[in-house]
Amino acid sequence: MAMYWKGFLIACQGIPATVAVSLIAVIIGAIIGLFLALLRLANNTVLRTIAKIYIDVVRGTPMVVQAFIFAYGIPQLLQANNVEFRWDNLVIPAVIVCGLNSAAYMAEIVRSGIQAVDKGQMEAARSLGMSKSMAMRLIIIPQAVKVILPAVGNEFVTLIKETSVLSFVGVVEVMRRGALWNAATFETFPAYIGVALVYMLLTIPLSKIIGHVEGKMRHEEAA
Amino acid sequence: MIEIKDLHKSFGSHKVLKGINETVDESEVLCIIGPSGSGKSTMLRCINHLEEPTSGEIYIDGELITDKNINEVRKRMGMVFQSFNLFPHKTVLENITIAPMNVKGVSQEEAEKKAMELLARVGLEDKASEYPKSLSGGQQQRVAIARALAMDPEVMLFDEPTSALDPEMVGEVLSVMKDLAKEGLAMIVVTHEMGFAKEVADKVIFMDDGVIVEEGTPEQVIDDPQQPRTKDFLSKVLSV
Repeated sequence: MAMYWKGFLIACQGIPATVAVSLIAVIIGAIIGLFLALLRLANNTVLRTIAKIYIDVVRGTPMVVQAFIFAYGIPQLLQANNVEFRWDNLVIPAVIVCGLNSAAYMAEIVRSGIQAVDKGQMEAARSLGMSKSMAMRLIIIPQAVKVILPAVGNEFVTLIKETSVLSFVGVVEVMRRGALWNAATFETFPAYIGVALVYMLLTIPLSKIIGHVEGKMRHEEAA
Repeated sequence: MIEIKDLHKSFGSHKVLKGINETVDESEVLCIIGPSGSGKSTMLRCINHLEEPTSGEIYIDGELITDKNINEVRKRMGMVFQSFNLFPHKTVLENITIAPMNVKGVSQEEAEKKAMELLARVGLEDKASEYPKSLSGGQQQRVAIARALAMDPEVMLFDEPTSALDPEMVGEVLSVMKDLAKEGLAMIVVTHEMGFAKEVADKVIFMDDGVIVEEGTPEQVIDDPQQPRTKDFLSKVLSV
């Protein structure tokens, strides 16, 4: 039993890294995702296609592969071209990969949120003389944000779990802490049970909060 | 003031408007009547380019309306929708001030003062800080009218403004519209309210199948229609 407790405590040491990467990534993802969603809904075919390709490429490849490309592939490519480059800290490419990855998923969430806003809202805004971008900013996006908040929360939960693949590129987060302790002690089962418990500790309360907010919003909607 | 020349509109291969010619003068009230699917709403929506005309021209004060000047032109045309389309995330007051402040650059103080005057005019000054969802349909539509008026339009477009309302709320909206007509605001109204058309309209047009079948004063078109299609439509509408 003591070993399980030890394993749990070891995994807990990874919480700051896991939470920091997830949190920064979800913010980057939301900003770029909003931008991508607007491109996806643009009238210009070239802009729409660029966004679509980005989303397809990111969603069509595993994040662990993307992580290896960013963490090791890009420095190697630059060095081969005589550019002196290495990541000061592997957390940096980790955050970038998670953020860019999350942006692709977020883009689809935002797009569905924007499309869920009644068509009459855009028409009313335009009929008052607003440009399309002003109508988006003042009328459509504020309403879409409310609609997608639960989905964005769920994306955050997913991202927390997904960051475990960053252990493969050497980021010392929850999963990596467990793996290192396992390598040192061969307490394999307690190590990974500890890791699993820590992820649950992070994700389950978060899911509960999202569910609560969602329920409250639905209640307001009905009122 | 508004001049429509040979307006055509198709959705795919479906021809909705087949050559509409019409003018609306200053302080004139034009009512458009006709069966569903006759193109009434499409014609109205073409005027402020919520639907892009397939061909034909629309002029406001002699100026051709194009994609380039549409935002400018829309400031001069208010529109009221069947389904109100108030902004649910904004209070009643904000619904009315948002366009003057952001589109025209009016100060908040000035915009709010004007909004309160308009709310008084539609009888809702006590609802300024409420959100649209706490208002009845009739109240929402009156706010929507105030919102459109806040831009000081030269002409108001009404797209079946009472069709989504419970019967007991139709009167309050029509009475606001009658007041506007009396004040001399030019209005184009797509409506099924024959009583309103008769009382307020300077001109009535009956549309069917994408064309104007008959037009004239309310007395001519509603009381004494000449075309068989108009007679048929009115006999069905007025008998209920």
